[in-house]
Amino acid sequence: MYPPAFNYSAPTSVEEVLTTLTNEGDGARVLAGGQSLIPMMKLRLASPAFLVDINGVAGLDYINDVNGHVAIGALVRHNDIVKSDTISSTNHTMASAAPWIADPIVRNRGTLCGSVAHCDPEGDWNSVMLAARAEVVAQSASGERVIPIDDFIVDFFTNSLQPGEIVKEVRVPKYSGRGGGAYMKLERKIGDYATVGVASQFELDGDGKIAQAGIALTAVNAKNTRATAAEQVLVGETPSDELFREAGEAAAQAAEPETNVRGTAEWKREVVSVYTRRGLETALAQAQA
Amino acid sequence: MQINLTLNGAEQSADVEPRYLLVDYIRGTGNTGTHIGCDTTSCGACTVLVNGTPMKSCTMFAVQANGTSITTVEGLKQNGELHPIQTAFKEKHGLQCGFCTPGMMLTGVALLEENDDPTEDEIRWAISGNICRCTGYVNIVKAVQHAGSLIREN
Repeated sequence: MYPPAFNYSAPTSVEEVLTTLTNEGDGARVLAGGQSLIPMMKLRLASPAFLVDINGVAGLDYINDVNGHVAIGALVRHNDIVKSDTISSTNHTMASAAPWIADPIVRNRGTLCGSVAHCDPEGDWNSVMLAARAEVVAQSASGERVIPIDDFIVDFFTNSLQPGEIVKEVRVPKYSGRGGGAYMKLERKIGDYATVGVASQFELDGDGKIAQAGIALTAVNAKNTRATAAEQVLVGETPSDELFREAGEAAAQAAEPETNVRGTAEWKREVVSVYTRRGLETALAQAQA
Repeated sequence: MQINLTLNGAEQSADVEPRYLLVDYIRGTGNTGTHIGCDTTSCGACTVLVNGTPMKSCTMFAVQANGTSITTVEGLKQNGELHPIQTAFKEKHGLQCGFCTPGMMLTGVALLEENDDPTEDEIRWAISGNICRCTGYVNIVKAVQHAGSLIREN
């Protein structure tokens, strides 16, 4: 299968990428890992007139622990996350999600920032980013702006980038206290999209109460969705089996799944409830470790 | 666009359209051991090593391989001798129809580069992006394990 013809350039600096994007206008798209974009182009679901390939830009493959957050550059591949000690020692939710992204070969090429920008409601990373309250650093020729993930994810395959902007970096806050988290994904086979995915994480205060909580859902709404009511169930409370069950039920209420080849709506909602509870149990064990 | 790359140790240059897929470029050079299976990034039959890392060549454009070094199944043999992974697939009967085999072997080579004594679970995890519709994977896993032992013996 072949995409329609397009023009292509492979700049070697961020400045050159931004200039090219500005010059080429609306028809231009950034090509990073391409593991979602290229299949979509081959299926002619996307047909950019111009691809700006950023794979040759040096210095975008960093995972840096700075100023209370971990900064992940635009060319960090999923497999770099799998192997990163910085990630495994700072964010359990990310560390548990990374091995479940696509398949091992796709993980060698696909990027976290690209997946975040893609905003596929069946993509895993944006739920993790919602739960972790990440921020997206957008860069354009005129400067940088930092966008909270809730404002970045607009809709089905739609982010809030302006023309001429690229996702330069994603920033994942570190726990302020003792924290834990998990991404639980149900998939039919390796490489399939999630049937249901739930990212859960929280931090404990000095009294052992939940100071901050993040719960977000994959593949059960038109976009990755924060389960706000479920988070509110948790905040200020002492962790318990009953509390986690209640949060799971609240999370299921935030899901509006469709019945399709991967399962019925009713069943998926039940999976959300169970996976939220199990994720929170995992998070508690980590926070208390 | 003009591209220059190394394919199985030999320098190549070509003038390709940006949308030309890497897998078709490779097959066009006569290296037809790289197969097109699903053409949708799922099956891994088109797996090649790009600078030593397994990639699905149906999901890269040939222009993106500019400046890289690519190894296909044809490049595994050294000085007329089979690579240990090839010997192991032969000895352990790690293939039936053979369609997935080049991709399986290249993924196996990359795994063994990192870890020459992988467990069964590690092998199954590593090859989970390569689909085989004949074998049930049992002999493929045995072949990768056997290749590891051949490499360790050398």
